Amino acid sequence: MSAIAKTDEISGSTALDPTTAQNKNVFDHIHSWLVTVDHKKLGLMYIMYGLFFFVVAGIEAALIRIQLAVPNNHFLPPQIFNQLFTMHGTTMVFLVGMPLIFGFANYLVPLMIGARDLAFPRLNAFGFWLSVLGGLLLYFSFIGGEGMTGAGSAPDVGWFAYAPLTAKAFSKGHSTDYWILGVLIGGFGSVATAVNVISTILCMRCRGMTLTKMPLLVWLNLIMCGMVLLAVTPLTAAQIMLLLDRFVGSHFFDTQAGGSATLWMHFFWIFGHPEVYILVIPAFAIASEIIPVFSRKAIFGYPAMVGATIAIAFVSMSVWAHHMFTIGMTSAGNTFFVVSTMTVGIPTGIKIFNWLGTMWGGKLRFETPMLFSIAFVFHLLIMGLTGIMLSAAPFNWQLNASYFVVAHFHYVLVGAIVFMIFAGTYYWFPKATGRLLSDRLGKWHFWLFLIGFHMTFDTMHLPGVLGMPRRIYTYEAGRGWGTLNLICTLGAAVQGVAVLVFVCNILGSIRKGQRAGADPWDAWTLEWSTSSPPPEYNFAEIPIVRSRRPLWDIKHPTDPDWKYE
Amino acid sequence: MNAASDSLQPDGGWNPSKGVVGMACLIIAESAIFTIFVVAYLFYLGKSQNGPTPQQVLELPILNSICLLSSSVTITFAVRSLRNGDTKRFNAWWLATIALGTYFLLGTGREWQHLIRDKGLTIQTNLFGTTFYSLVGLHASHVVVGLLALLMVMAFGVVGAVKKEHAERAHVLSLYWHFVDVVWVVVFTVVYIIGR
Repeated sequence: MSAIAKTDEISGSTALDPTTAQNKNVFDHIHSWLVTVDHKKLGLMYIMYGLFFFVVAGIEAALIRIQLAVPNNHFLPPQIFNQLFTMHGTTMVFLVGMPLIFGFANYLVPLMIGARDLAFPRLNAFGFWLSVLGGLLLYFSFIGGEGMTGAGSAPDVGWFAYAPLTAKAFSKGHSTDYWILGVLIGGFGSVATAVNVISTILCMRCRGMTLTKMPLLVWLNLIMCGMVLLAVTPLTAAQIMLLLDRFVGSHFFDTQAGGSATLWMHFFWIFGHPEVYILVIPAFAIASEIIPVFSRKAIFGYPAMVGATIAIAFVSMSVWAHHMFTIGMTSAGNTFFVVSTMTVGIPTGIKIFNWLGTMWGGKLRFETPMLFSIAFVFHLLIMGLTGIMLSAAPFNWQLNASYFVVAHFHYVLVGAIVFMIFAGTYYWFPKATGRLLSDRLGKWHFWLFLIGFHMTFDTMHLPGVLGMPRRIYTYEAGRGWGTLNLICTLGAAVQGVAVLVFVCNILGSIRKGQRAGADPWDAWTLEWSTSSPPPEYNFAEIPIVRSRRPLWDIKHPTDPDWKYE
Repeated sequence: MNAASDSLQPDGGWNPSKGVVGMACLIIAESAIFTIFVVAYLFYLGKSQNGPTPQQVLELPILNSICLLSSSVTITFAVRSLRNGDTKRFNAWWLATIALGTYFLLGTGREWQHLIRDKGLTIQTNLFGTTFYSLVGLHASHVVVGLLALLMVMAFGVVGAVKKEHAERAHVLSLYWHFVDVVWVVVFTVVYIIGR
């Protein structure tokens, strides 16, 4: 494969007549992106798609926060409020989280294992465009959701769409159908991409890169994709059942005909809980690349890191019912899910110690990617602690469906995942564009986002403890929730400003940023051995690897890693 | 240096085909979907509020099952023939596989027609109808997809475009077909033996 591709592809790309290349107009340019099967272009399109919907979901969150800022507010009608929290949640998980992690996997995995593309490039494009179709279907509901009955617009059933609220009788019109179809088709895209990434990692590694010499990012993405195969598909199955219920009158979740609403909860959370790890493991992956480079040390405990991730993947498949303690399970069921949930804390703790061990005694460089990574480790600790609290069934009975839970999972989704997406963007932006993002604006972005994040989500735990339930569109004055909610909203505004700084940084640096060169961070993995941006064929010569840090070996021929591994 | 480069073979020469790995991943994902449908079937077993029940209406589809399972054998022979470069024999075995698969599909169609027209069981009738038609239908839809793929290869085979070097691809497709057969064993056990 590699031997034949080499000469052909290089001569093919240089044979391009320079005059025709300059004459390419904007339509040719767009056309080249629309029909591409190149993993780098598809990866960037995934990331741009994710960042676009990140802004959309951010605006939805901002509207929610404005409505909740003061008691008895009438900024939004209740119907619209329900639609906004449904769309915010669905968008953030399926149209922001999934595309972003697959974008990073797409772009980085072939480069890091010394391959020229994914195993199935056209399947890759297929998966991406399916995800786009899913997103468009979901958002089409805003204009097409009324259907024939004139009821409803965007879906308003919550992101987990509990039965029997989704039954035809309670969700008239087509908004819920758009929710089902959008998520279902996006799920097909996710499975297609997961199949592709796994095949690439198992079959396309360059010479010498054994499984134990793969960069941790590649390992963690392999595990994440394995989870996608097993966890996204149960949701697909449940969505098919729900579609049958709504369109041909079957009775899966129809309680009047003996169907079970609880079964939907089980099926949804069999997907829903592993999904959290599907999203957070790529964040772990990015941290495991950035922290060593900016600590100037090899990662501490590589085998423990891989083992802990496999353990997390394994255990996370059997914890789903901790989302459902309040439905009243048997005490054996409660005990099992309490214990299994608490068990996740052990491998996660191992990871935190590994990152700390990597930083310990290192020569830390506090550039923007590192700042986000350090904050990430701290947030992971806090959300782990609140997670252990919530995993205790009696505590959970008290606080389930309160703002304490909302604060806890936003610590994961924002404090861990979004922070690492930002870190990864600052770290690999120079590879993708050839220009560095401004470090000065990056620090503004980091500190503003950090302050805003803590204002919003630290504070949000308190109204939860004081009894404020989720998904209420307003609340009475005098319950002690007002000031706290106002602080949350102000924090959201600060985060909004930070994201604005980030967007300005990207738009400015793409044209005028400092030239990066091939290896701006003095890093050690293969993607930094090729030019920035990499040529379409990635590597003129397929590299040969002898250790976990191939670039270190090249830079330090007298003291290579492979002597010690 | 020579001694060192010997140790550079990735994973001691373990070099799986990407087609097989990709198909294995798809099969794992599909298994999870079928598992959820099987769980739903077993969960709702005997919980229907009205008849008909499985005991009253279901008959063992023995001949059907024999046809589908033996199609796994014929496709194995087809792939083996192609590996040996015997395209004529490949075409014959491949056609036999399609014929057996089609017979199975027609059998399922006849069963459904009988159930709907004579026994009055539809997907709306009760929980048994709901879970029966969706589980068996999910499997049948996989048979349809498999048959379409087999027919596409057949079309290429008839014009002589399938050659020895395509044996690996035919093998990958045969893995999917074997999976569909194995799922039928599970469905048969759950629906016609445990559920009856």
